[in-house]
Amino acid sequence: MICVLDLVDVGLAVGGKPILQDLNLHVLPGEIHAILGMNGTGKSTLASVIMGLSGFSPTSGKVIFQGEDITALPVPDRAKRGITLAWQEPARFEGLTVKEYMELGQRDSPGRGPSPGECLLMVGLPPDRYLQRAVDATLSGGERKRVELASILSMGPRLSILDEPDSGIDVLSLSHILDAVRTLAKNGASVLLITHQNEIAASADRASSLCGGTILRTGDPVAIGRFFRNHCRECPHGSALPGEALLHE
Amino acid sequence: MSDYTKEFLAMSKAYEASGGDPASLSDGGIAGLMVSHRRILRSNDAPGVHIEGEETPTGVKAKITVDPDVHVEHPVHLCFGVLPKEGTQEIVSEFLVGEGAKARFLAHCVFPNAVKVRHVMDARIHVGKHADLEYSETHYHGEEGGVEVLPTAKITIDEGGSYRSLFKLIQGAAGELRIDYEADIGKDALCELDARVYGKRNDVIRVKESLFLNGEKSRGLAKSRIVASGHCVSEVVGEAVGNAPGARGHVDCVEIVKGKDARVSAVPRLLVTDDRAKLTHEAAIGSVDKKQVETLMARGLTEEEAVDVVVRGILR
Repeated sequence: MICVLDLVDVGLAVGGKPILQDLNLHVLPGEIHAILGMNGTGKSTLASVIMGLSGFSPTSGKVIFQGEDITALPVPDRAKRGITLAWQEPARFEGLTVKEYMELGQRDSPGRGPSPGECLLMVGLPPDRYLQRAVDATLSGGERKRVELASILSMGPRLSILDEPDSGIDVLSLSHILDAVRTLAKNGASVLLITHQNEIAASADRASSLCGGTILRTGDPVAIGRFFRNHCRECPHGSALPGEALLHE
Repeated sequence: MSDYTKEFLAMSKAYEASGGDPASLSDGGIAGLMVSHRRILRSNDAPGVHIEGEETPTGVKAKITVDPDVHVEHPVHLCFGVLPKEGTQEIVSEFLVGEGAKARFLAHCVFPNAVKVRHVMDARIHVGKHADLEYSETHYHGEEGGVEVLPTAKITIDEGGSYRSLFKLIQGAAGELRIDYEADIGKDALCELDARVYGKRNDVIRVKESLFLNGEKSRGLAKSRIVASGHCVSEVVGEAVGNAPGARGHVDCVEIVKGKDARVSAVPRLLVTDDRAKLTHEAAIGSVDKKQVETLMARGLTEEEAVDVVVRGILR
């Protein structure tokens, strides 16, 4: 089977310090693929490399999307091919309504998801209360994350990278998040679900454990979760890896 | 067609270009004042709203009164403009909103052909007890940048009253703009001053918003959103003085620089004279936030489009 995404021997060094090394990852069409890793192992860096963000060009290896080498492709071109990213802490925008924000995402997407209103409902936000609200600081952290996921749903992407969609989310909202992730996959998208919680990873079809900037194992999410729980320890350098620091600049 | 009609139509056209509804200028049921250079083209009262206008050698003196307890149904429309390429217009105005009244003013200032135009607005605004006034002022300038705009306002808000103003200059070149607003905020009263300006070319922008929180539990917000491109120079001074128990003031400034030749600065001034008052400020100046831009690029927008969306959003 042709993979949607292949990372082949990807390496990334920042300031001479390796963040990702010999990383190999293969994501299948329509699968939910969890990336499990402790803080500081390079999870968000991996997301940035796949999306092609500034400062995250691999120093070695290749990023292949649907058989095409996109290693040197700029962010908008990746988005137009159907790749998108939901940040762990999404940006806020003054003067832009939720509806406008979601419509911007639909403009250049090769697919087409449900309407903005339907997508909001899927993440448990009533459209009549949220479509005209601004995507600014008046939304709580949890609301903003759910709006982000709704916007991804409405784009009908081919590959969604979700960076810790569960962080900062209350227990009730979590079920909406997981339902939305399943809907994305049901609609044909592959989902790269980045998390450090076994419970979230268990909802995936497959999982990979990331440690020290490389993929250690890939397989059944429960088995990978067990491996993660039994073997992974907090990195001695914590979350102060240069790559993580860059992300949160 | 008479000169008056021609001028009225030309002003209406500029008014429409600035976002105003020209029909409101000829609707007898809507209060309004239209001044073209130094000539009053229209002055219309509405129930509970009285407008007295007087032409002067340099412009117009106007007094606008809203009777106590009147809730004005339609916004009061004000239109000030200079259509020739050159000229000076001085508007000396007084706004009196009676106790318990509620009104909204929509002002449009239009200088579509300006090469050397000076517009001075000197306003005294008094909001009575428990009254509520919203004042929105939108400017429409030509691209030449030959406008000098000097709006000053002394605002007094009595107990329980509220005043909210929004100044927008995002169409055309700002020219030289010097805003100076000062509010005396009484007990339980509220004041929000909001200025949004898009500076281009050699525009010079200076925004000074001062809040004097003189009444117990008074509240104030001095907000500004400036985008400076080209060789534009911008300075924002947000001032808040907490003189009473329970007073709360906040200064909020965002200035975005586009290009290597623009210069922006922000100067917050906070002074507390009562130890039960609390003042805060936040300022973000510099380039457009990288994360905002990348988020939009991850939706397919080019970097230029993404910056444009962010800029238009903050000036909205």
